Amino acid sequence: MIKLDSIQVVFGKGTPLQKQALNGISLTIEEGSFVTVIGSNGAGKSTVLGVLAGDVLPSAGQVTIGHIDVTRKGTAARAGLVARVFQDPLAGSCGALSIEENLALAARRGESRGLTPALGPKRRAHFRERIAELNLGLESRMKDRMDLLSGGQRQAVSLVMATLAGSEVLLLDEHTAALDPGMAEFIMNLTQKIVSERKLTALMVTHSMRQALDFGHRTVMLHAGEVVLDVAGDSRKSLGVEDLIAMFRRIRGQTLDDDALLIG
Amino acid sequence: MSQIAFWGAVELGLVYAFVAIGVFLAFRVLDFPDLTVDGSFPLGAAVAAVLIVAGVNPWLASGVAMIAGAAAGIVTAVLNVRFRILNLLASILTMIALFSVNLRVMGKPNVALINADTMLSPFYGLGLRDFYVRPLFVAILVLIAVVAVWRFLESDAGLAMRATGANARMARAQGVDTSRQIYLGMALSNALVALGGALFAQTNGFADVTSGVGTIVVGLAAVIIGETLLGTRGILITLIGCVLGSILYRIAIQLALSTDMLGLQASDLNFVTAALVTVALVLPRLRRGGAA
Repeated sequence: MIKLDSIQVVFGKGTPLQKQALNGISLTIEEGSFVTVIGSNGAGKSTVLGVLAGDVLPSAGQVTIGHIDVTRKGTAARAGLVARVFQDPLAGSCGALSIEENLALAARRGESRGLTPALGPKRRAHFRERIAELNLGLESRMKDRMDLLSGGQRQAVSLVMATLAGSEVLLLDEHTAALDPGMAEFIMNLTQKIVSERKLTALMVTHSMRQALDFGHRTVMLHAGEVVLDVAGDSRKSLGVEDLIAMFRRIRGQTLDDDALLIG
Repeated sequence: MSQIAFWGAVELGLVYAFVAIGVFLAFRVLDFPDLTVDGSFPLGAAVAAVLIVAGVNPWLASGVAMIAGAAAGIVTAVLNVRFRILNLLASILTMIALFSVNLRVMGKPNVALINADTMLSPFYGLGLRDFYVRPLFVAILVLIAVVAVWRFLESDAGLAMRATGANARMARAQGVDTSRQIYLGMALSNALVALGGALFAQTNGFADVTSGVGTIVVGLAAVIIGETLLGTRGILITLIGCVLGSILYRIAIQLALSTDMLGLQASDLNFVTAALVTVALVLPRLRRGGAA
């Protein structure tokens, strides 16, 4: 179970640019549920992910992941609890390392790292098997450098990396935003498959209303650092993209200039 | 070039192979431009020489020299990680400070080891001529260092260090404490450089406070020559490239200085060094056909 309790985050405190990024947000995510998070730019989506990952430490409130209080723990210290796929395909993996080295790195996430060879024959075979499941033909390129792969291929490998070691929550940070529509669909279907097969607790930030409603069990809309909509079950099923956009407009009290940005 | 001059160049190249491996760890693996080596090389020489003159076992003395080098590396790492001083500047500060430290360690600018027992003493007079014994002895140590560093970098712990240099944000997300990796990497790098210094003192018979000037350029030259010749495919190949680069660099320098036709003299060493490094940097780009 993931629990955010009255989280306050202020950026640039005491400067003219002071910004209240999260304003006493509380959010509980049940084990095994897949939550999608939407909101306009600056609503606090990325900050919520940052607070869960440990990149951002809140000024007040409590963060609990799997019954462990991680409020004061940094990114590396809580990595054993949190798996993550970044928006930028280059951010989530090491371009200078090979595919199998990236996998070896991820397989020890949150565990101590000793002098055992990172790529013994057993691990190699396991990694190969997991990559073969993607059906992208990457299993024959395990020794290729990661930066030789396309953005979509890297995100697919990143998804596998996120599931090699156990975790309490999988954070997906607009992980299809940098991909072409075809590849984005492939990655979303893969995400769906991995999350349901492994019964993962997942939190996905997205800019696409369509994705937010089509995937997962619950949708949360943020605005100005607060939760303004939290729907699940039947009331969520009856919602359409138009309803969400109407809600967006009402909340912001203005007409959106570019609906295409949201529908995408 | 005489045979003695040739083997002398090989020997010096092998001694500086430790510097090259250290520079590779800092610059390439950790992506940390570290000039500490200009201070940790003579530090290693000074510590080893002073201890050996005082009658300490030369192997133990060299071990202590390595620890001193590691400490110097950690100082630079602390300045950078803990106090957020730019990495290059942090290393320059340590390097400058080490000049005074080295003078304190030796008590004078120069310590001679002519009649002292060094790591090499037991191997002289076993039938091989001295100018073979020295490079052979150092070569065995280099081989051990190459294998150890190679195995380390291909282990789980080494992979964490490589990830720290390649993508620190991703490394942290994988649970790697990147600060600790920088401490560890800088300690390892400068310990190897200091061992090079300790061997330099023992093969040449003296430690000199000025012997560190330009160490970083020589180390980088070796790394770059190695990369140009062998490429960077695989850790082991890159490490072998460092060693080969270091030896070839010394032979090239020796050739340039001993060819009468060129009319160069010993004082032209630094110019030749700069020219060689430039050529090594420019050549691969020209070969690829692109503009430099």
